[in-house]
Amino acid sequence: MSLAVRASPITTEHYLIVAGLLFTIGAVGLLVRRNTLIMFMCVELMLNAVNLTFVAFAKEMNDAHGQAIVFFTLVVAAAEVAVGLAIIVAIFRRRQGVTADDVDLLKG
Amino acid sequence: MNAFVFYVVAALVLLGGLGVVLFRHPVYAALSLVGSMIAIAVLFLGLDADLVAIVQIVVYASAITVLFLFVIMLLGVDRREERDPGHVVQRIGALVLGAALAVGLGSMALRNWAVGTAPDTPLDDPSGGNIEAVARVLFTDYLWAFQVVSVMLVIAVVGTVVLARRSRQIIEQRQRQEAAA
Repeated sequence: MSLAVRASPITTEHYLIVAGLLFTIGAVGLLVRRNTLIMFMCVELMLNAVNLTFVAFAKEMNDAHGQAIVFFTLVVAAAEVAVGLAIIVAIFRRRQGVTADDVDLLKG
Repeated sequence: MNAFVFYVVAALVLLGGLGVVLFRHPVYAALSLVGSMIAIAVLFLGLDADLVAIVQIVVYASAITVLFLFVIMLLGVDRREERDPGHVVQRIGALVLGAALAVGLGSMALRNWAVGTAPDTPLDDPSGGNIEAVARVLFTDYLWAFQVVSVMLVIAVVGTVVLARRSRQIIEQRQRQEAAA
């Protein structure tokens, strides 16, 4: 353990920076990757980053509301994954592929 | 939280996230996602969020990822992305936007953000610790939201079943093809 690491206590800002970087990684991944399954995983990363922010502020303010909100995010994420994967399976039945470029029938 | 532990776990979170984006193979990406989720659960423990940390492991790191792996195994690995790597301009644009996002979020995190006064619901309930504190908030202040979310879950389950069922049309089409062949 280096001196610099020992000298600085971990504050809310540290957690916020980690959450911000994780959100950025998820957002860039969503834009760069075109495999729909991996795009879904990137959305999960972004949701997790937001959860981390909620919990960090809950600690900062010593308030349980921030942690209760995380449960709602979790439920919405679970429902989103279930419905999204069902849509992917349904698409895969009709055309053999789940790349985002395969699904452009609504493009006009 | 111990500074050394924090830096190691934060690095694991970010490396797991990078793994999701960078691994070509979706199974590796899903496993990388598990690592990131578990590391986030450790961060939650450091933030006095015991219940949230456990739920994170049970729901995110287990249930959701297993669902991902199931679908990957069910569909097989789609290799079309590798054959057709897409536009370079798109990627550069995404990286530039990502850098701008990182700078924006970072400056928001470091700026002196203002928080109001918290309501009197501390993280550790005097009678029973963190789990009771979260449960009290969840079943009093958020009772209505809790009910609505339950309804949403039911709708999602029904919708999933409807979407994943083989439609009669497709089955008949298959049967006709088999009969013709």
